Amino acid sequence: MTVKPKVATVWLEGCAGCHMSFLDLDERLLDILGKIQLTVSPITDFKDYDFSETTLGIIEGAVGNEEQEEVVHRLRRCSSLVMAWGDCAVFGGINTLRNQYTPGELIRAGYIEPPLGPGQVAPNDPVLPRLLPRVVAVDQVVTVDIHVPGCPPSPQVLFYALGEILGGRRPRIPPDILHYD
Amino acid sequence: MVQAPITINPITRVEGHGKVTIHLDDRGEVAEARFHVLQFRGFEVFCRGRPYEEMPIITQRICGICPVSHQLASAKACDAVMGFEIPPAARALRELIHYGQYIQSHALHFFYLASPDLLLGWDAPPAQRNVVGLADVNPVVVKKAIHLRKFGQEIIKALGGKKVHPAFAVPGGVTNPLDPQDRDRLLAGFDEAFQTADIAWDILETQLSTQAEEFRAFANFDSNWVGLVDEWGQSALYDGRIRIAGPDGSLLAEFDPADYPKYIAERTEAWSYMKFPYYEPQGYPDGLYRVGPLARLNVADGLSTPRAARRLEEFRRHASDGLMGASLMYHQARLVELVYALEKAQELLQDSRILGRRIKATRPPAHGEGVGVVEAPRGTLIHHYWVRPDGTMEKANLIVATGHNNLAMNRAVALVAKAFIHDGDVREGLLNRVEGAIRCYDPCLSCATHALGQMPLVVRILDSQGNVRHELKRD
Ligand code: SF4
Repeated sequence: MTVKPKVATVWLEGCAGCHMSFLDLDERLLDILGKIQLTVSPITDFKDYDFSETTLGIIEGAVGNEEQEEVVHRLRRCSSLVMAWGDCAVFGGINTLRNQYTPGELIRAGYIEPPLGPGQVAPNDPVLPRLLPRVVAVDQVVTVDIHVPGCPPSPQVLFYALGEILGGRRPRIPPDILHYD
Repeated sequence: MVQAPITINPITRVEGHGKVTIHLDDRGEVAEARFHVLQFRGFEVFCRGRPYEEMPIITQRICGICPVSHQLASAKACDAVMGFEIPPAARALRELIHYGQYIQSHALHFFYLASPDLLLGWDAPPAQRNVVGLADVNPVVVKKAIHLRKFGQEIIKALGGKKVHPAFAVPGGVTNPLDPQDRDRLLAGFDEAFQTADIAWDILETQLSTQAEEFRAFANFDSNWVGLVDEWGQSALYDGRIRIAGPDGSLLAEFDPADYPKYIAERTEAWSYMKFPYYEPQGYPDGLYRVGPLARLNVADGLSTPRAARRLEEFRRHASDGLMGASLMYHQARLVELVYALEKAQELLQDSRILGRRIKATRPPAHGEGVGVVEAPRGTLIHHYWVRPDGTMEKANLIVATGHNNLAMNRAVALVAKAFIHDGDVREGLLNRVEGAIRCYDPCLSCATHALGQMPLVVRILDSQGNVRHELKRD
């Protein structure tokens, strides 16, 4: 039996919409899931980030806090191919609107100032990952092999890319299935 | 101390998006449980200064699972800011896209996220306990589930042009009318959709009859309930008055959504990025309340469509049997609403007014403050905007469903922990149950943070001195 390529998907500073687009493969989803081994992913139930020998690492979302930064590095180290999946991962996306503020200003405006009323505390427990000074695109942190724009991208792109990988080829996405909205 | 089968691993920062800390008292009993939300994106802050009419497009990017809810609540807040009365056809179309989202979201949660636990068992191996594993065991059901979710997404796409982040609701109405061909195509899909909803119902009824004790014992607690109702007191998903009921369903308050700040206050805690709303008259944290499918059914006098009304009766028979506050009953409530959303969508599509072409109100710019509220699939969603005279945002306050349920999820986790931890000893199965308790609330953590229900999870147990006693995660 041939070894099924391992695919991991992570969800960083994003809205899950890119993962929804993955599920929008609908009937083709079962076919694909039968041919690959989906390891770490929000739709599976593996608790640890074991990315070992990942063929394709798919990243939804930008990089906005220390935990996400660590996940990206870990996924890159373990993956033959890294795909930035969607506008947030490719460009930073909507999240980058926050870059006009410092993390301190964001926390103050989000938690301490009205309309919440007096006596509020800033979330600062060590259990909470600290915000990075700026939200950045994935390829500002690690090398990205495949960029797929779109908010979210079309499921067709994933279908194509996985088909190429299953065929032993390095995916080159035809421009006509990419979009930029 | 800890029994062998539980894996205890050193925790690193990347072990999970969802983390739970359980605090023990000096007798080794559970004192408190904390479900930490680990992400903050700052939407309320960074929308300041933007033109107000961008808000429906910006805020839907909070969540790709319920983007339609955010877009609708946002458009409604914008309507209120401007003083728009939207045309009836626009209102019908907004409702229709909303039901499309309920169909996809409830189908997603039940079949993709919850049913692996229910059908394969909580203690099934993680490699199997997901929708992929389920497809191996029951491909027919999974195919139907996929169709059902797709059907909801197709309704969204027919109106808004795409399945995720449609551009549809705008201040004053919607962007485009419904194409008659799309209407006919959609109407053809209901028979199968209802059948699939029945399959889901039967799956859950079987669970309920074989595991009644589990349903009763698992994270079952008293709380207040919050949801929208229409003028007849029936559940309302797109528009209505906010009703707050006590643990037994008795009325505590009912008010226009714009008055929510008089009844609902928010608190912050240092250990979570998610705020903690509470019912103000009862204080914090006693004013704990729950939102979402179970809450909506518990506050409503009834449901306005026939099939769903029959389901509601069955649901109420269970509820009155000591299950009204049972977290697992969220699953059944969700399925009642699935049928309701299907019926409402069908009703709208069968009414020729859905093809109306006057879909946007216009009037000269006004300015001011506005509140928009809808019932998102996971619960009451509040958008509150303050807009400057030049039409730019001064500030915004958003209270999302998962936020409303924050105190309740912490309570549910504490109850599960109490059942599994005694004398500092941790019984096997704690992890799965803790996660199961959280999953009942279908936390849309992308609204509050991110994680699709089945989040990587670490449970950390602290003694009364605050020292880490155990760290548990699944291997
Ligand atoms: S690219 Fe769009 S759909 Fe994807 S995570 Fe970002 S906002 Fe969501």
